[in-house]
Amino acid sequence: MSEETEYEIALSRPKAFYSAFERKEELQHQTHYCPGCGHGIVHKMLAQAIDSLEIQNRTVLISPVGCSVFAYYYFDVGNIQAAHGRASAVATAVKRTRPDSIVISYQGDGDLAAIGSAEILHAANRGENITVIFVNNTIYSMTGGQVAPTTLLGQVSTTTPKGRQAGNEGYPLHVSELLATLQAPVYIERVGLGDNRQIAQAARAVRRAVENQARGLGFSFVEILSPCPTIWKMSPVEAQHWVRDVMEKTFPLGVLRDLIAQAEPRPVPRPAPSLDEIPRILGVAPPAPAASAERSSPKPASPLDLQVRVAGFGGQGVLLLGEMLAEAGLDAGLEVSWLPSYGPEMRSGTSNCHVRLAQEPVDSPLVAHPDVLVAMNEPSLIKFAATVRRGGWIVYNGEAVPAECPAEGVHILARPFTHIADELGDARAANMLMLGALLEIAGSLPQASVDAALMRLVKSPRWLELDERAMTRGRELFQEAFEGVRR
Amino acid sequence: MDALKRDRGHLRVNAEECKGCGLCIEACPPKVIRLTERINHYGYRTAEYTGAGCTGCGICFQVCPEPGAITVLRLVTPRSGVPRRNHTATTGAI
Repeated sequence: MSEETEYEIALSRPKAFYSAFERKEELQHQTHYCPGCGHGIVHKMLAQAIDSLEIQNRTVLISPVGCSVFAYYYFDVGNIQAAHGRASAVATAVKRTRPDSIVISYQGDGDLAAIGSAEILHAANRGENITVIFVNNTIYSMTGGQVAPTTLLGQVSTTTPKGRQAGNEGYPLHVSELLATLQAPVYIERVGLGDNRQIAQAARAVRRAVENQARGLGFSFVEILSPCPTIWKMSPVEAQHWVRDVMEKTFPLGVLRDLIAQAEPRPVPRPAPSLDEIPRILGVAPPAPAASAERSSPKPASPLDLQVRVAGFGGQGVLLLGEMLAEAGLDAGLEVSWLPSYGPEMRSGTSNCHVRLAQEPVDSPLVAHPDVLVAMNEPSLIKFAATVRRGGWIVYNGEAVPAECPAEGVHILARPFTHIADELGDARAANMLMLGALLEIAGSLPQASVDAALMRLVKSPRWLELDERAMTRGRELFQEAFEGVRR
Repeated sequence: MDALKRDRGHLRVNAEECKGCGLCIEACPPKVIRLTERINHYGYRTAEYTGAGCTGCGICFQVCPEPGAITVLRLVTPRSGVPRRNHTATTGAI
């Protein structure tokens, strides 16, 4: 054949596709799409964009639910198949944890515009640096042709057999226009697959949307009006014409947002922690086999990552105690989290909070294994004592920790703080007494930060004065108990 | 065809990948693609090149929904980027 020598290949199967599609037993070079399906055309232009931008080895494609659910069988890139409608939320997570990756959320109109309408709206509003390819064929195809948010008025579907009526099913949802009301998106364009010119423009738009991400510019969205010959009950060519002649009247093509020239590359987020660190971050790692606390000196928990659980009953000031610690940490320039957890009762129900103070951003606000447990009553002590890390602390509002309480390898400061507070002037100041002791354990929080937190949270001059005295007394109680050991 | 005039383009259709949707036939500007009379393995009448007149524009490739059903070739030229229009055939028609 002379073509081998006279001609060279100009356009052929893009490299971003697998060489064989292993989903199928036979004909492993064909997709599962119907003849004339727009998905195949969009897949090809996306694959070409990936090839030409040379990003195949760092692309992650998020497959949706719908006909294109199997996109991961075709694209030889990183792949995740998301729960229905969640593709742009999954894309957000992938992009944030792997900032170097190119994350493409590929979604249909049933997936994106119906069940996933919240996810896409908020991903766009956050201006996530992802690319969303939205293939709109105005109908639920995979499930057999039910009405979609995008179905045209009068369009027949299995659930609108007499055509969509605005009075009952509402109007076609214009997703691109909706997203174009937001400030964050950098690029939004609606293109079509209605004829050669439209297809060429669609290919340019897809490439642009991916390139924007590679340049770090932010959220790019391409809506592609796409034929579904099977469900529309048309020949492939008729369906193509229907896109151009009918669909486009409801969904006009064009650029709805183009800030590419003005957009500044977005700051790259910190890379995600390694997988090994996840159990520790979530607090589900088994407690480290620390040396027995009796033999080691009672070293305070590191202020660099202090995890505290405060528990008691409602009305004891449990949450305020935790909030004070968090506010003081915030004032001192630390990363903090304060996560309250309480029942519906305003008084006498159980109440507890999780507080974390760290120099690095706090990964999880949950404190499963505290360095310090502040237990303001016995039920809270019994409930949480076993969770305290070995070598950690329990500050308990009582004469002594009950013998049956599991507190092995843990330092204990047990005092009747409520009685001591009563002597100071008001039993309700017990929380500030215990906070004083907690601040001694926490170590290096500057007094000025503690004062600033108190000023912010306590407005009454009487309480301000009492709380200050209570905190000072709490510090003294700790020092009296652990004199010479702590410092 | 005129053996002294080479077409700028050439086209291959993989009959095992083509589903016979006909979009390439609709899209082809010089109208040099048609459906075969044969039925392939899958039961589709597939597209085929008529054998002459391809310009190598690549539109059929772009509108084809299958990844590798169509391959577009272009005439090799002495200076890259400028297709030869009147190349003397040495090996006969394609």
